[in-house]
Amino acid sequence: MDVFLDEFFNAEVMLKYLPEIIDGFWVTLWLAFLVVVSGLTFGLGLALLRAYQNPVVNAAIILFVDLFRALPPLVIIIVGFFGLPFVGIRLSGFLISWLSLTCVLAAFTEEIYWAGITSVNKGQWEAARSTGLGFGGTLFFVVIPQAIRMTIPPLTNRTIAITKNTALASVVAVPEMLTVAQTSLAYAANTSPLTLAAAGYLLIFFPLTMLSRWIETRFAWKR
Amino acid sequence: MARVEPVVEALAIHKSFGDLEVLKGVNLTVAPQELVFIIGPSGSGKSTLLRCCNLLEEPSSGVVKITGEDITAAGVDINQVRQRIGMVFQSFNLYPHMSALGNVSLALRKVKKQPRAQAEAKAQEALERVGLAHKADAYPTELSGGQQQRVAIARAIAMEPDVMLFDEPTSALDPELVGSVLEVMRELRKSGMTMVVVSHEMRFARDAADRVLFMDAGMVVEEGPPDEVFGAPKHERTKAFLASVNGH
Repeated sequence: MDVFLDEFFNAEVMLKYLPEIIDGFWVTLWLAFLVVVSGLTFGLGLALLRAYQNPVVNAAIILFVDLFRALPPLVIIIVGFFGLPFVGIRLSGFLISWLSLTCVLAAFTEEIYWAGITSVNKGQWEAARSTGLGFGGTLFFVVIPQAIRMTIPPLTNRTIAITKNTALASVVAVPEMLTVAQTSLAYAANTSPLTLAAAGYLLIFFPLTMLSRWIETRFAWKR
Repeated sequence: MARVEPVVEALAIHKSFGDLEVLKGVNLTVAPQELVFIIGPSGSGKSTLLRCCNLLEEPSSGVVKITGEDITAAGVDINQVRQRIGMVFQSFNLYPHMSALGNVSLALRKVKKQPRAQAEAKAQEALERVGLAHKADAYPTELSGGQQQRVAIARAIAMEPDVMLFDEPTSALDPELVGSVLEVMRELRKSGMTMVVVSHEMRFARDAADRVLFMDAGMVVEEGPPDEVFGAPKHERTKAFLASVNGH
């Protein structure tokens, strides 16, 4: 038991590496925040664009969505970081991680938004159009608000699942929490920094799950 | 004698869905302040005809004129035209994420571009006309079917249309809720609204309609004042239909 405590809950080690873990915590939080905001926005943008039913645009959207849903996020990050320089694009690990996860989150959420848009009753379109509201106005004021409300549970679920992948940024040397924890672990020859990181992840994602629950109840309406 | 410009003039309307010809050359003319009632068995094309009047269905051929303007012509701004044609649906189709007031004021704000305060005052007025001023803040799920349909009527009349189209407005309602909706329609009629009603409410048709159209198999079989169509139908199909309806 003492060995276990010493290995995972060594106070001395924890205290020593806490400042660095905290630095990593902020990087992870910032990256997660950016991914959530840009991924959800980009996904919604794609779904809106798809609603206009332009065959060329829709083919491109579907290709994009299927590609980023099929590839493991880790592969996307690695290819972006090590591959893009060969075509003259050199981006930081942070930027690559952000863009990669944004595309993955956008791809998944586009499908969810789209499912929501298509499940809004045809009568809603007809009622709105019959008052003189145009296609865009109907989409924006009548259909999208309903589509988003209907899809909040899968949206938040997917958002959390994808955003946790910020830990993958460690492979491209982003000083996020897991990277720092691993480095500290190596220096200290002790796993306690990892415990700190685990606590840090809980600190980020537990409130996020609670927030999503709150959003689900807040925007649900009786049927 | 000067010809009064009809509010709705649908001429030689054909409509096919694939191989199925639903409307086979139907004419519908509605004079100002007239209430025209369309009856007929299900699948006769009466709802499709109504939906052709505001181009929710695009006629395969034929011309639709609203207050003299050909709305089937190329380059017509249909959103502009639809502001002048109110429509009420069988399934109400209220926006579930908005209050009654929000439902009624949306088009005023976003189509007529009225400021929120003005639109909401106007919406409140419309809700008052359907007897639901006290339900302005209620959401559709908090309203009975009859109340929902009255909010839907308020949503249409708030736009001050030239004509109101009713597509089986009471068919989805429990019998005890039908009366309140018909009462609102009667009030509208009294206020001089031009109306086209597709419905099975025969008693209401007898009381309130100026003219009744009987449709069957995509054609107008018979039309005339309600007393004639109901009291002394000329065609066998009309007789058969009325007998089957009165049978239960």
